[in-house]
Amino acid sequence: MIFYASKRILFTLPIMLGVTIVCFALVHLAPGDPLVSVLPPDASQVIKEQMMALYGFDRPYHEQFLRWLWRALQGDIGTSIRTGRPVSTEISKAVGNTLMLAALATAIGFLLGTLFGFVAGYFRDTWVDKAASALSVFGVSVPHYWLGMVLVIIFAATLGWLPPTGAGPGGSEDWKWNWVHVQYLILPAVTMSVIPMGIIARTVRALVAEILSQEFVVGLRAKGLSELGVFGHVVKNAAPTALAVMGIQLGYLLGGSILIETVFAWPGTGLLLNDAIFQRDLPLLQGTILVLAMFFVVLNLVVDVMQTILDPRIQRA
Amino acid sequence: MTGSILEIRDLRVAFTGAAKPVRAVDGVDLALVPGEVVALLGESGSGKSVTLRSILRLHPENKTRIEGSIVAAGIDVMALSGAALADFRGKTVSMIFQEPMLALDPVYTLGAQITEAIRKHESGVSADAARKRALGLFERVRIPSPERRLDSYPHELSGGMRQRAMIALALACNPKVLLADEPTTALDATVQVQILLLLRELQRELDLAMIFVTHDIGVGVEVADRIAVMYAGRIVEIGAVRDVIRAPRHPYTIGLLSTRAQGGRLSGKRLPTITGSPPDLASLPPGCAFAPRCSSATSACLEAAPAAVELGHGHAVRCIHTAAVA
Repeated sequence: MIFYASKRILFTLPIMLGVTIVCFALVHLAPGDPLVSVLPPDASQVIKEQMMALYGFDRPYHEQFLRWLWRALQGDIGTSIRTGRPVSTEISKAVGNTLMLAALATAIGFLLGTLFGFVAGYFRDTWVDKAASALSVFGVSVPHYWLGMVLVIIFAATLGWLPPTGAGPGGSEDWKWNWVHVQYLILPAVTMSVIPMGIIARTVRALVAEILSQEFVVGLRAKGLSELGVFGHVVKNAAPTALAVMGIQLGYLLGGSILIETVFAWPGTGLLLNDAIFQRDLPLLQGTILVLAMFFVVLNLVVDVMQTILDPRIQRA
Repeated sequence: MTGSILEIRDLRVAFTGAAKPVRAVDGVDLALVPGEVVALLGESGSGKSVTLRSILRLHPENKTRIEGSIVAAGIDVMALSGAALADFRGKTVSMIFQEPMLALDPVYTLGAQITEAIRKHESGVSADAARKRALGLFERVRIPSPERRLDSYPHELSGGMRQRAMIALALACNPKVLLADEPTTALDATVQVQILLLLRELQRELDLAMIFVTHDIGVGVEVADRIAVMYAGRIVEIGAVRDVIRAPRHPYTIGLLSTRAQGGRLSGKRLPTITGSPPDLASLPPGCAFAPRCSSATSACLEAAPAAVELGHGHAVRCIHTAAVA
């Protein structure tokens, strides 16, 4: 177990290095001058060169990369050109907000998704299955920003039950776990949960149908287990895959849905990324992508290790 | 038959999932006394496994029509449902499957799967006591280092060991009847013999009645007291092993026995075969199902399904030409 975990952690190191290279290259491949957005259009060549030297943009690429990587390893991923604050500060605030939103959305999506998936898998080819499947297809195919707007129209504008946008009376600062703040979380989280709900429901349905068709289910019945007892076995067999899908979905949502966070003006990583792109804030963009990619790598690691705990066959394979 | 532990009367099983119902079992009568082993012999699709699974009512209920009567140890199996059916399965009658790798849950340890069965059927058995019994069972089926193997997962064992574990699971709650569905088919030839001997030994020690499904005549002869030959959902010939093997009376049995490679005696010649192929179970002919492939068939064979002809000593044959063939 520990051996497998450490081996798996070692495997992630080259992946992380690759991620940093791609992050670095991606931004420099983009056309245009990184300073174009901070300097006035009529700035003199001397000032331009001074600024380039200040940010290190005049060095060769590999040197820039190594310096950037070295600093990143020490936790310094640059300074936002726009705000002048460290990128890490900007990101950690946004990550906290997105994490809250993503965790809640994944939890809702996982609960509903597994419920629909199990029901559909158990009652395959009945109307229950068709209803559950229709709902999950709706979940993966409806445009989420549109769904977000519809929900805002219904629950905020018409019914007035929930606030339409933002992250509480104090904006992105000063979040508290009370109803005044939490009510801002509900609409974006529900909108966001529709994606993982649909995907998890479809995966679990296929899984359950596949497991139920296996011989060992007959074996379980033959040794006298009740349907409830058999169900327990089905759950444990389905859990590793369902968890893996959930982990990957959480990873996607942690990236912050740019569209959903923009619709709800939720101050998370998606909105941050959106702003960084439109304001050509290269260090912020680079840093945000890096942190999000690292999140993904770590999350996959956690999911893999958790799977081996649930399914012993993976570990030795 | 009086004193029988298992009695099947006119069992008919049809699968209704397809457009036309498939009559997989078409009137099977079979009775076993305690401690008796019957080999159910037949080719693929002859209905032997379907018969076996019907005894535990393992067919999906919404897609299966099942008629006739099955009484096991005084229990009317056809009347069971829900919790009573679950109590019956594995306790009165238990089953060994062809491929233990597929028939055991891959994500539970073998020990957990056995103790689960014990504690399901005998309330009040502690986890420790159940584990001790599982250990005893593993020793009984001669799994080496049984203590460690209880904590193994099915994929960590060899095929032979897995089948031993499957046997241990089937015997966990001291059943009276053991159903074996081709338990040696998926194994290596050398391992087959070991498992066969083990089964035979345990069956004698525990005085179990056993139905042993196989398509291998040699295996059937080795393990059984009586042989029942199935064709297209019916038992066409049944009798003591020596009667059926030495003096087969149904043309199908005769054909089956002649197709065996008799050591080196037929070297250089083609193996004899039964020409044609088994009938479509969705559209069985009204008469004898074997008639289209039978060399002694006459027009009378096509009219009605032949009744069983009793030849003495429990040797019975479903063929109207029994006298002529003999």
